[in-house]
Amino acid sequence: MNAPRTVAPLPADAPADCNGAIIRFVDVYKRFGPLPVLQGVNLDIPADQTTVVIGPSGVGKSVLLKHIVGLLRPDAGEIFFHGRRIDHLGERALEAIRKRIGFLFQLGALFDSMTVFDNVAFPLREQSDKSEEEIRRVVRESLAVIGLSGTELKMPADLSGGQRKRIALARAIAMHPEVVLYDEPTTGLDPIRADIINELILKLKRDLKVTGIVVTHDMTSALKVADQIVMLLDGKIVFRGTAQQLRCCPEERVQRFIQGRASPEELRALHQN
Amino acid sequence: MAEEWSARIERSSPVTALAALGAWAVGVIQAVGDFGSFSFNALYKIFRGPGTRALREMIAQMYEMGTRSIPVVLITGGFIGAVLAIETYPQFQQIGVADRLGAVIVVSVVKQIGPILTAIMLSGRVGGAITAELGTMRVTEQIDAMRAMAADPIRTLVVPRVLACVLMTPVLTMYSDALGILGGWAIAVGVDGVRNYPFWHYAAVGTDMYTINVGLIKSFFFGIVIGCIACYKGFRCGSGAHGVGRACTESFVTSFGLILLVNFVLAVALNNIFVLLWPNQPGLL
Ligand SMILES: Nc1ncnc2c1ncn2[C@@H]1O[C@H](COP(=O)(O)OP(=O)(O)O)[C@@H](O)[C@H]1O
Ligand SMILES: [Mg+2]
Repeated sequence: MNAPRTVAPLPADAPADCNGAIIRFVDVYKRFGPLPVLQGVNLDIPADQTTVVIGPSGVGKSVLLKHIVGLLRPDAGEIFFHGRRIDHLGERALEAIRKRIGFLFQLGALFDSMTVFDNVAFPLREQSDKSEEEIRRVVRESLAVIGLSGTELKMPADLSGGQRKRIALARAIAMHPEVVLYDEPTTGLDPIRADIINELILKLKRDLKVTGIVVTHDMTSALKVADQIVMLLDGKIVFRGTAQQLRCCPEERVQRFIQGRASPEELRALHQN
Repeated sequence: MAEEWSARIERSSPVTALAALGAWAVGVIQAVGDFGSFSFNALYKIFRGPGTRALREMIAQMYEMGTRSIPVVLITGGFIGAVLAIETYPQFQQIGVADRLGAVIVVSVVKQIGPILTAIMLSGRVGGAITAELGTMRVTEQIDAMRAMAADPIRTLVVPRVLACVLMTPVLTMYSDALGILGGWAIAVGVDGVRNYPFWHYAAVGTDMYTINVGLIKSFFFGIVIGCIACYKGFRCGSGAHGVGRACTESFVTSFGLILLVNFVLAVALNNIFVLLWPNQPGLL
């Protein structure tokens, strides 16, 4: 915790969108029954940039993303979107915010009773009054972007895990939202596909000024797409900085994570059995 | 050692038992409240106008749960009617009123057995399917995904299913009633030798519109119960395949119990209404 780039907690009444943060977490706590997950998260997500969130499995990265669209509510703390506090809003009020955010779920969360076409068309039908023809065009384009043209009439169950993930990505970006939350976008993809997704994330940022939050374990992907990297550990943000700064971060746990080295204690447990 | 004992005493003391009872009661009250607000929300959105997309989904659901339930409803209805004739005929025969079998069979099928039996069949066949489907959607985060896309899962998923249940339960009850009456008739007239004319004559005399309406009003309420419980249990499903399985069981048991309770309440209420409307006639059943 003595790393120079560790974020200092912000005072709760700080002006919410100073230095261009589009999303801000202030001292957010969340526990599930006896299990504490977030324990005082302070985080600024700058607009028009890509923030990569890294951290070990089960640390609460997906939980963090769900707080941004109000699928989960913090036990304590505040969450701001464009300077407006959103953590206590009701479902109706949240709809306006959710329309501006695309969410790629970790396991895709495609509707398995609908075809690929209807899945990608879902947000368009739900959130816009586009004509069926226009919807068809947008869906075709979105599928072309992720390299799955011609799968419109398939059911999600007939696709591979990686294909489902990419369809879910097409669904998340179909409305051209201003913020996209990518929960492990490259997990389960081969390296070439993964690189295409990385390029897509970069392209969306460049062309459409999309603010991205990418949760990933894939360090290649993280280093490629990140403007800012944050690391979540033990319910707190323990590092925040650029890829360059991450490599020089003196903290042991951060270095072990980015180099993929288990700690001696973790290995000892393995060899004892 | 001493600590262990004090912990044991602590665990078995009447205070802890009372606390456990209290916690259980609070849990039950919370669940009832949660279910109440869930159902109210769904019914409110139905009355507000479900919208064309929900209606289209409703038609699909009506086919899935209505049309495809017809065979099973017909078969159970027919057998129950037949059994009713088999059991009542000897009694009526002894006191020489076997001709009146038609009235007994038709009234009990139309007013009680048809609606109840259909509702219970449907809470297994249809309610189970709804809970399994919605529970799986919840476990695989499809419901969360829907919310994240600013779609209201109550309007998109619950409204069409509850509507389909409410509309199809009375229709299927009519099918079940028809086969129940035919089953009773087949045994009474075909096997036991009751004459055809008196069977239908007394059936017609014994059954008025009120009797028929009572059965259909009940089945309408049973439809609400089946739809709301099934959707609620799906939405509150625990995690994993185990959670879905448990939700399905709970869905069936809960709607079974609630159907019997609603039936009792409605029977009392509707009979009182009957007495109020026609004070000089004997209430039937
Ligand atoms: N809805 C929930 N109910 C209970 N526990 C949950 C829920 N969502 C997540 N958790 C728990 O919170 C922890 C963090 O989960 P998650 O955010 O999915 O981790 P990850 O960092 O791998 O994405 C896990 O231990 C998980 O079991
Ligand atoms: Mg996760």
